Amino acid sequence: MFKPWIPFEWIVAIRFLREGRLQTLFIVVGVAIGVGVIVFMSALLSGLQANFIRRVLSAQAHIHLLPPKEVARALRRGADAGNREVEGAIVQPPLQRLKSIDQWQAVAEQIRAMPEVTVVSPVAGGSALVVRGSASRAISVAGIEPDQYYRIVDINAKIVRGNGRLTATDMLIGTELADDLGVDVGDKLRVTTASGAIITLTVVGIFDLGNKGANQRSTFVALHTAQSLLGLPGGVTSLEVTVRDVYGAEVVAQRITAATGVEADSWIKTSAQFFAAVSAQTTANTAIRFFVGLSVAFGIASVLVVVVVQKSREIGILRAMGVSQGQILRVFLLQGGLLGLSGSVAGSAIGSLALLLWQRYARNADGTPLFPMTFDPALFTAALLLATLTGLAAAFAPALRAARLDPVVAIRG
Amino acid sequence: MADVAPASGAVTVPPLASAVVVQLRGVRKAFNVGTPIETEVLHGIDLSLHKGEFCAVMGPSGSGKSTLLNIVGLLDRPTAGTLTVFGEETTTLDDRALTRLRGHNIGFVFQNHHLITAFSALENVMMPMLGAAGFASKAMRQRAAGLIENVGLTAWQNNLAGNLSGGQQQRVAVARALAMNPALVLADEPTGNLDTRSADEVFALLRRFNQEQGTTVLFVTHNPALAARCDKTIQVIDGLASK
Repeated sequence: MFKPWIPFEWIVAIRFLREGRLQTLFIVVGVAIGVGVIVFMSALLSGLQANFIRRVLSAQAHIHLLPPKEVARALRRGADAGNREVEGAIVQPPLQRLKSIDQWQAVAEQIRAMPEVTVVSPVAGGSALVVRGSASRAISVAGIEPDQYYRIVDINAKIVRGNGRLTATDMLIGTELADDLGVDVGDKLRVTTASGAIITLTVVGIFDLGNKGANQRSTFVALHTAQSLLGLPGGVTSLEVTVRDVYGAEVVAQRITAATGVEADSWIKTSAQFFAAVSAQTTANTAIRFFVGLSVAFGIASVLVVVVVQKSREIGILRAMGVSQGQILRVFLLQGGLLGLSGSVAGSAIGSLALLLWQRYARNADGTPLFPMTFDPALFTAALLLATLTGLAAAFAPALRAARLDPVVAIRG
Repeated sequence: MADVAPASGAVTVPPLASAVVVQLRGVRKAFNVGTPIETEVLHGIDLSLHKGEFCAVMGPSGSGKSTLLNIVGLLDRPTAGTLTVFGEETTTLDDRALTRLRGHNIGFVFQNHHLITAFSALENVMMPMLGAAGFASKAMRQRAAGLIENVGLTAWQNNLAGNLSGGQQQRVAVARALAMNPALVLADEPTGNLDTRSADEVFALLRRFNQEQGTTVLFVTHNPALAARCDKTIQVIDGLASK
């Protein structure tokens, strides 16, 4: 019996769907499979991308601020008789000296004030030679403020022996360098630079960045230690920045350059090929979603076209009773929306089940998950909304046809 | 006859001075207008129906009886002529106004009953009231139950329409036609597919409502015996009406 809180259109729409049970069941299953594929694919690919990006960006900042490059100015010899300047024929590119970002503290404060920015960390970096006995290796020294820098690259999580604490005489080195030099935590190393500066540092931690080259070359010392070693008293060679939205890093970088005049390179620019691969994957995912959505829409539309034909006599009778064209239109739009909604609820369940099975059975050789995947409520909400809206949109043409049926013709059949 | 609650959402039609419910003047109806196969079905019908009249319409198949009924019932528009229903000239009204006028004041009984099979007998009777009001109510249910009782189907009121016999379905269709307490009921061969006993029952029902409620009825039939029991008979032959 009719409930007093259910509108006329809902009552008729639900009854029509219930009457054609088998037809309704088939299209709901069809929509559910489509939505399930979209949910599963989206979660899988976003998990995969997040994993890629996490791996790439866990060892680097999103934006690097660098001092401006030194450029050679063309020779000018003043105006000639024709009042035109004459330039020198040869311009040699200058050597890029290690130099500090001008007024870096002020620049850092300015960037920290930007809402998109999460962390700003100064780094004084340069090349050096590490010597132990007769062995020596070329290294890259990064002078950091651990409190800030560890929020960008979590060195503590990558320490395999010792710890990440850095005082003026401490040093962190990679596993490969430790092996090459035969050192362990507590051993001392002598570090020299091209300018002749020499300092002896104690290895307090050995890290593994997950990259052999990085483990051979990268070392970390306290900021003021690097400043004195590299001849940059009080200066920094770069500011490392992280932002809230990793995909918006390039826009933020451009804003930083515009605001401060300091050259800013985002990870999108420096890892252009990787970003292009991620973008291509996103595009492919979007294309798959679009075509699955399209097939869902056509499925709903085709079923509703059949329903309109099947129900044309009932539509004519309803019209004869005084039911308006608008009410008939809404009855069929609702059917489309309800098919989309119920299909998407079932599809979300199918997608979730597939994700659970994937997490359970798709594992690395050591038994750990291939990559972590999260059940994002936003994904399910979007799937529900999109499928319902698709159902409504797909139902529009059949609904319009139903509303415009001539009642006399419809009743006659 | 059981007391029946008033129809919710029904428009009260003010009594006309002349008590003319429907008036047709020179009504013509042609199909496929402007094409080589243009066919005129009604050739200028003049007809008046007064309040409380029970009028039979007879005529051979294809003579235009159903077309006449569709025009009077505002389901179709005449090609020419004027149609005044409850004092309102309808040929200039838009679809929305016609639908409203039809829904609140005209009830239909079709030859093949045309109940909606997804609903029970009681729900079918409630349907015109539900369509007009938008939401169901207790008063609606009471009125529908009263009408179902009047057509003697209380025991079957919760059965799906498709599970009733032909005679029962037609009686439900009569109850549904009366749901909005219409001033005019149009019955297009409602007894055509029924056996003699069921046909008598359906006719008696319509006649009783006509006499008790003052409902005007236009009753299309091929049965001369039933036509003889009406107040007047109109013959429609070759698209022309004659008394």
